[in-house]
Amino acid sequence: MHVHDLETTFQDKIDNEIRIEPKDWMPEKYRQTLIRQISQHAHSEIVGMLPEGNWISRAPSLRRKAILLAKVQDEAGHGLYLYSAAETLGISREEMYDQLHTGKAKYSSIFNYPTLTWADVGAIGWLVDGAAIMNQVPLCRTSYGPYARAMVRVCKEESFHQRQGFEALLHLSRGTEDQKKMCQDAIDRWWWPSVMMFGPSDDESPNTALSMKWRIKRFTNDELRQKFVDVCAEQVKILGMTLPDPDLKWNEEKGHYDFGKINWEEFWNVVSGNGPCNKQRLDTRKKAWENGAWVREAATAHAEKRKAKEAVQAA
Amino acid sequence: MNTNFIKKFLYGDYGEIKAGGPSSAKKTEWPLWEIFIRSKQGLDHKHVGSLHAADAQMAIENARDVYTRRMEGVSIWVVESKNIHASNPDEAEALYDPANDKVYRHPTFYDLPDELKHM
Ligand SMILES: [Fe+2]
Ligand SMILES: [Fe+2]
Repeated sequence: MHVHDLETTFQDKIDNEIRIEPKDWMPEKYRQTLIRQISQHAHSEIVGMLPEGNWISRAPSLRRKAILLAKVQDEAGHGLYLYSAAETLGISREEMYDQLHTGKAKYSSIFNYPTLTWADVGAIGWLVDGAAIMNQVPLCRTSYGPYARAMVRVCKEESFHQRQGFEALLHLSRGTEDQKKMCQDAIDRWWWPSVMMFGPSDDESPNTALSMKWRIKRFTNDELRQKFVDVCAEQVKILGMTLPDPDLKWNEEKGHYDFGKINWEEFWNVVSGNGPCNKQRLDTRKKAWENGAWVREAATAHAEKRKAKEAVQAA
Repeated sequence: MNTNFIKKFLYGDYGEIKAGGPSSAKKTEWPLWEIFIRSKQGLDHKHVGSLHAADAQMAIENARDVYTRRMEGVSIWVVESKNIHASNPDEAEALYDPANDKVYRHPTFYDLPDELKHM
């Protein structure tokens, strides 16, 4: 069989909605694209624990603390499902960690913004997890089997993340004047970074066409972004708050909301490492990895010792 | 048939790490385990994913934390990934084809009168 035939067979499978599994032939570019996307996604889940983790010890009640703990623990799980999915493509876990720690791999820029008040935890749940869900639901049908299966698991868990965030904001929005102000302020700060989470607009993302052809992606960045804006523009009314966009207006003709221009300069700035918390986030990750080294070594030593003992007993 | 360009990466899901593609994994990396979970008494264990752990005990404990946070399971199996041997998808045709022409293995193959009940 020639490469050409293999590629045809591969594309036929994709077109017929037959999932690609780890041992199947796949174009090298497909494998590379997936490794990059899945590992980036995994890194985002892991780094994403940091901004919210900041508030676990200071949650306003035991109920909120328990909820936040459970959510952050879920995010760790999401990272693990995704790392495992990426490993089926032939990259090792340590290699991925290495790429993250050396800054070679990116993670979602949203996590380079600080969480200044308790209301930020609510805004993250509603907007950041909300945007993530928009992205992730179509990924449950992505063409690579292990990735799709990981996303099914992730999506099942995400919905509580968004609901708890909205609920936290709802409480603030019905509270004192100060609490209302805090709520609006958090929405004001998290709105635009959340809108940017969908990535560059379609004419700026040259890889989209190929990703769509391979059905890694099923909607373009702009399609998903529009969906997100439409949904949030309605939801914010229930909070009695506003979104910080004077151009946000229902467009009867299109059946969608029009919205203002996105500050792409800020986006690229944060992507390239100049966001408010890039250094802090990466330093925290690296420190956690380094501080865990002795635990990893001790566990390996313990496992080896036990194996040796069992071997002696068996002999 | 030239199969030189068919690169195989036999990681994760279906094991056989040692036979796998380029591995830059250092010696310090804990081995990979495949996790199987029985969601309810009476059902089979089903593959749910994989994780790294130093030994079987730790793999079970991590599997509990990673894969059963919402009561998804009542029993966990862990198998070190390298111990799983999988069939080759390139041989799928030869492997499963013989079943195609044996339609008489299915009950619908037999043409029987409608009056015949309870069969
Ligand atoms: Fe997540
Ligand atoms: Fe989440």
